[in-house]
Amino acid sequence: MSRRLRTALTPYALIFPGGIWLAIFFVVPMVVMLSLSLQSGSVEDGYAFTWNWHSYVDGLTNYHDQIIRSVIYGLSSTVIQIVIGFPVAYWIAFKGGRRKSVYLFLLLLPFLVSFVLRTISWQFLLSDNGMLLGPLKGIGLLPEDFRVLATPYAVIGGLAYNFLPFMVLPMYVALERIDPRVLEAAQDLYASRFQTFLRVVLPLSLPGVFAGVLMTFVPATSDYVNASVLGGTNTTMIGNVIQNQYLITQDYPTASALSFTLMALLLVGIFAYARALGTEDVLEVAAR
Amino acid sequence: MSLRGRAAGRRPLLGGRGLQIFTWLVIAWLLLPIAVMILFGFNDTQGRYNTAWQGFTLKWYGKLFEIGDLTEALVNSLLIALLTMVVAGVLGSLIGLALGRYRFRGSGTTNVVMFAAIACAEIVMGASLLSLFVTLAVPLGFWTIMISHVMFSISFVAVTVRARVMTLDRSLEEAARDLGAGTWTTFRLVTLPMIFPGVLAGSMLAFALSIDDFVITNFTAGGTVTFPLWIWGSTRVGIPPQVNIMGTLIFAGGVLIAVVNALMARRRG
Amino acid sequence: MNDPSRQDLAFLRGMTGRRLGRRDALRLSGLSAAGLALAACGVQGKSVAQPTSSAQVESEVDKYWSGKTKNGHVDFVNWPLYMDPKLPELKEFTERTGITVNYKEAIQETTSWYAKIQPQLAAGQSIGYDVMIVTNSVQLTQLIKLGYLVPLDHAQLPNFAKNVGERYKSQSFDPGNVFTVPYASGMTGIAYNPKYVDTPPTSYSALWDPKYKGKVGMMADSQEIANFAMFLLGIDPAKSTQADWEKAAEKLKEQRDSGIVRKYYDQSYIDPLAKGDIWITQAWSGDIFQKNLSDGTDLKFVIPDEGATIWTDNFMIPKTAVNPVDAIMMIDFFYEPAIAASLAEYINYVTPVPAAKDIIVEKAAKATGEDKKTLDMIAGSPLVFPSEDDYAKLRTYVTFANSEEHKKFESVFQPITTS
Repeated sequence: MSRRLRTALTPYALIFPGGIWLAIFFVVPMVVMLSLSLQSGSVEDGYAFTWNWHSYVDGLTNYHDQIIRSVIYGLSSTVIQIVIGFPVAYWIAFKGGRRKSVYLFLLLLPFLVSFVLRTISWQFLLSDNGMLLGPLKGIGLLPEDFRVLATPYAVIGGLAYNFLPFMVLPMYVALERIDPRVLEAAQDLYASRFQTFLRVVLPLSLPGVFAGVLMTFVPATSDYVNASVLGGTNTTMIGNVIQNQYLITQDYPTASALSFTLMALLLVGIFAYARALGTEDVLEVAAR
Repeated sequence: MSLRGRAAGRRPLLGGRGLQIFTWLVIAWLLLPIAVMILFGFNDTQGRYNTAWQGFTLKWYGKLFEIGDLTEALVNSLLIALLTMVVAGVLGSLIGLALGRYRFRGSGTTNVVMFAAIACAEIVMGASLLSLFVTLAVPLGFWTIMISHVMFSISFVAVTVRARVMTLDRSLEEAARDLGAGTWTTFRLVTLPMIFPGVLAGSMLAFALSIDDFVITNFTAGGTVTFPLWIWGSTRVGIPPQVNIMGTLIFAGGVLIAVVNALMARRRG
Repeated sequence: MNDPSRQDLAFLRGMTGRRLGRRDALRLSGLSAAGLALAACGVQGKSVAQPTSSAQVESEVDKYWSGKTKNGHVDFVNWPLYMDPKLPELKEFTERTGITVNYKEAIQETTSWYAKIQPQLAAGQSIGYDVMIVTNSVQLTQLIKLGYLVPLDHAQLPNFAKNVGERYKSQSFDPGNVFTVPYASGMTGIAYNPKYVDTPPTSYSALWDPKYKGKVGMMADSQEIANFAMFLLGIDPAKSTQADWEKAAEKLKEQRDSGIVRKYYDQSYIDPLAKGDIWITQAWSGDIFQKNLSDGTDLKFVIPDEGATIWTDNFMIPKTAVNPVDAIMMIDFFYEPAIAASLAEYINYVTPVPAAKDIIVEKAAKATGEDKKTLDMIAGSPLVFPSEDDYAKLRTYVTFANSEEHKKFESVFQPITTS
């Protein structure tokens, strides 16, 4: 084999094993799921491919409320994360000084504890007479029947909590990349601090915000752990429905139709979003 | 990076004390549930229901492995995470190396697939894998969990390694080749040591992703139970203090590795 | 159009055609062709003919058990905290027979457990367990109907024949114990926290009482909520019709939409009840008892005047079991009165072995202090040893003629809990 040919083949050889894995266990399953969503039958008699579009129609008629609710919860938690996360990212990037990495480390610490365990820990903390609300009720600051658990606020709060570090990190990376000379230039041109922030820092941080949204909106919208641990009645998200349909009711066609709808909704949005920004860029920020 | 760091003497921008306090409050908010988890591992409860503080004890640490199922779930989780770390670490690194180093037809497609795998909702991946396994009548269990974990970790490893590869100086490898080293020797003695920090970071990420995963595992586990699945199941009747302790130990292990890593990096740097 | 392979080709063309022009998508579709080919197979499943006469059952039993031998090991799967974690009963079994037991508490819900094992059983693969505990339910009926369970050889169940309570021999879900034998039973009733609820509830209407707004727990299980609403409306669940279901569903929607229900729980209502997040809830009898014993809480459980449902968790051997002989030996072991007593002492659910009561009473007579108190409590508890009067108030779950009817039932009640 000539050296040139070998060089030309090397990347394919490198990609092959992992690529096959992704093809078989990521791409193919998606197609299988699409096919399953068009099948009809029952668990006893088996399912067969019949172009059964009804699963989509039924799924959307029965569960459009949950789909809309998931998007609303996902968006709300994302907005909360931006509002909370931006000042943090900003402060660490510009004022963190030598201890920047310590702050980042602290922000990442929650990931060393299981996601399920953290959420359950919140359920424990937010209990009606628990460690947080109990004392406040005791001194009369809160009415006796006040509660956080089993409300939409608890679910949105839980989502914001669980994914916040994914929002802060890309924003931090973007802010950290801002060349101080640009800021100096702005100030030399008599921009006030506020103007510098608004006209220079904010626009330059946007790619980070976009990447953060990408990293948090999808998991938040499709989550079901927070809704089942922290939610109550009328807080069911589409993730709960899918998990229920797959693992409990075993209505595979409806379940796959719903997951496919969810995926299409999220993935199409994201691809458009990533296209507009350039895939490479977003991936790079995400990688940091 | 260092140049920018040194430029800290510039005029201050917006914010000051207020922002600092805010940042610390956010960090406190992030760590509060973890503190509670650690604390309740020391709770002197009588029975298996660990809900109210009843005094300090170390007794649960002595009874850490008393619940056989829980121990086995943890062992499963650790085994799967280790396997995932190795397999996804190798496969992902190879992809990362290819993408970071070579220009070739198909790199676009690979990027798209990896991006999709990273951006895809976990529940959709879990659901589609279950669809596949159900259709093929593959028995669910340890290996299907492992397969799914490797699947979602590969992209993360690849992206991490690719980022590292792209920062490397190719001339070193060329120099090695000019000095007569073969492809394999160059790889082993020059390329690998250079990308190794990326490989290590990616593999550790894969380990962390695997040991924490609940959503996908729940779909592909069948009768096999992992640590997060056990916790999920035990919420029905109350979480025993052993769970808090295992959570605490995993947390402490992670902190230890991170700190050692940081110290070593500082020494090298 | 009837040729499935042609349909798939058309499908593939449709997919690529629509996205033509995007090279990447095309490649993805190429990769997926393999997926499509196998997707066309669909998901397997097939129900089998049920034995109708006792002679048929016998021949099925013979056919299955002939040539099967003891292997010295058994894999047993159960629900969480459904046995003393030190496993004294299983240790004794191993000591006596030399058969090792691998015990797992991996079943968290009947429905999700069924969903986990069904594909494997359908494919004729081992689920990794030789004995499992499943509640009488639609899923259990499915397991039987689909031929996934081993017909039990009663010649190998002498203790069962001798010691089991009469009522357990003619349960409607498996008359004659062809496929299942009882592990423990429990009732679904109302539990409340007396710290917050002053007057002990006597009727299901307490769960609809606006004064407990936001403090009422209901279960996520369609059967459980349906039963409660039907009791409230004076309908016997076991004899209910579709019209009854609609009425019950209305009642439940009303309860939910007026904000009375805090949440629909699986078994996780216990902690919130003790903490005061909920004050009054649907509950399973043994849970409350265990919580009180182990945590010193003072929760109460009542069976309302309208009656309550009783369910039974059952031993069974899946068709693909690797060690069926060891499995049936272990099952029979649990019907020794001493073993049944030891189990009931820990789990506090209704034991199917009435003789266990005498053993607990005897033990209590010898014990002193705290132990004696506990044992007396268990021996006297209507939740572990219900009296005939208690039994008279108990009803069984809704039974379905076919899966269509069950689907209908779920479509009526599931939207209530997944709102």
